[in-house]
Amino acid sequence: MSDELPVGVERHQFDGEERLATQGEPVYGEPTDGEWRAWNPNRSKLGAMLALGMETGLEGGDEETVLYLGAASGTTVSHVADVAGPTYAVEFAPRPARDLLEAADSRPRLFPLLADARKPETYAHVVERDVDAIVQDVATRGQARVALENARFLADDGRLVLAVKARSEDVTREPAAVFEDVRDELTEGYEVLEYRRLDDYHADHLGIVARPR
Amino acid sequence: MTADSPAETGWFAELEPDDSEGAAAAITEGTAAEPADWPKLAVEAGFASDAEEYYDRLKEATTAATRDAVERAERADDRQLVHAVRTMDDCTRTANELAERLAEWAGTIDPDAGAGVEYARAIAGEDAERDVGHERVRSLAERVVSLADEAEDLREYVERETPTVAPNLAALADPVLAARLISLAGGLEPLAKKPSGTVQVLGAEDALFAHLRGHASSPKHGIIYTHDAVRGTHPDERGSAARAVAGKLAIAARVDHYSGERKPELEAELAERIETIQSRTADGEGDENGGGGE
Repeated sequence: MSDELPVGVERHQFDGEERLATQGEPVYGEPTDGEWRAWNPNRSKLGAMLALGMETGLEGGDEETVLYLGAASGTTVSHVADVAGPTYAVEFAPRPARDLLEAADSRPRLFPLLADARKPETYAHVVERDVDAIVQDVATRGQARVALENARFLADDGRLVLAVKARSEDVTREPAAVFEDVRDELTEGYEVLEYRRLDDYHADHLGIVARPR
Repeated sequence: MTADSPAETGWFAELEPDDSEGAAAAITEGTAAEPADWPKLAVEAGFASDAEEYYDRLKEATTAATRDAVERAERADDRQLVHAVRTMDDCTRTANELAERLAEWAGTIDPDAGAGVEYARAIAGEDAERDVGHERVRSLAERVVSLADEAEDLREYVERETPTVAPNLAALADPVLAARLISLAGGLEPLAKKPSGTVQVLGAEDALFAHLRGHASSPKHGIIYTHDAVRGTHPDERGSAARAVAGKLAIAARVDHYSGERKPELEAELAERIETIQSRTADGEGDENGGGGE
């Protein structure tokens, strides 16, 4: 258990309850306290990983660059952009991307990209190399493959922060078996530093922190 | 394009800094095998004076590109159709629900109260044929009427638009059924990718899952039940008819999505097939009659 939160993520009181929070425009109706807005771990896998005390390696600060895969409507990536520097948000589906645009509106260093995370060459002309972190939350088959394909963007001392959804890989298999396969496959390009089930907040999800080999 | 000048594959290559349309297009259409230190290369290439300015330009370009793509996706005609047909069903359902409420209420003040949208029409408006003598009841009747009218207008819109979006599907089914199938599948492309067995039971998901759970027989048809060729076939042969209709509709959806050209032979093939199927029961009935009959 680590108490090291990224710079810019703090614990604040909301209605008498201590919760993680970042500073920025509210995005999804989360409670606010002045400039601080609560980070709901039930709606954000990265939020859950931080709430569970995982050592994500995210540091925060204007110098930190992040590639976020599977930004969806921007719930989590808005918190990331609140604390980090240039943040590239890749999302495949146009529908949620509309909400993502709204979240990006008030965040000058959050760059929305409508692209398929399985095809990095379609955004490698935009996303810079040696990003400090890749945060991945894509509900598709082959989640380990997506992480491996995108390793080209990550700095040698960068971190992959990955949320694996078991049901996206195979609905009929035991999640534990799926997670083992994903961890195995990841070793092709990464060294897994820590992993943990996120079931307290997200059923059948595994949080993984890894670094490039 | 050479290995020692990676800047040429960056999105900003060959762009004037103030060309915002070109920038959005470069974001959307460009590719590169490998990422590079784009902020640094852009400054070296004179695209921006420093990293901050580069990021400002990147922000503008990515926002414009994403907004364009989102708007294009939303405007796509099959999306319009999906919204229209769903709204049509919502309006019809709500009009009927409110008409029931109206009948209940009006029944307490109007001894000759009727039911349904028809009754609402009778008492709605300043110059209604009948005056119920209650401002709120009359106003409610007006809402019912306008919802029913909206549903009717939406039906006309769907009937007009479907043939341009999915000409073969609209010709093979009626335009409203075609739009419903597109709506149930979530768009023309997803419909085009569905096997005909799935098209056959679209709209019968409850029955299908009851079957998969093991306590019901498999559904013979979903929304395509409303197709004349299915409904007009003897119940014993409806499964065959539904299979034939679904097969042709699945092909029509693929033609509409991938080529968009009209293929009138599909209708002829379906008509021929349905005739064969229906003649089976006609023969069967003939035999029964011959053998003693009813």
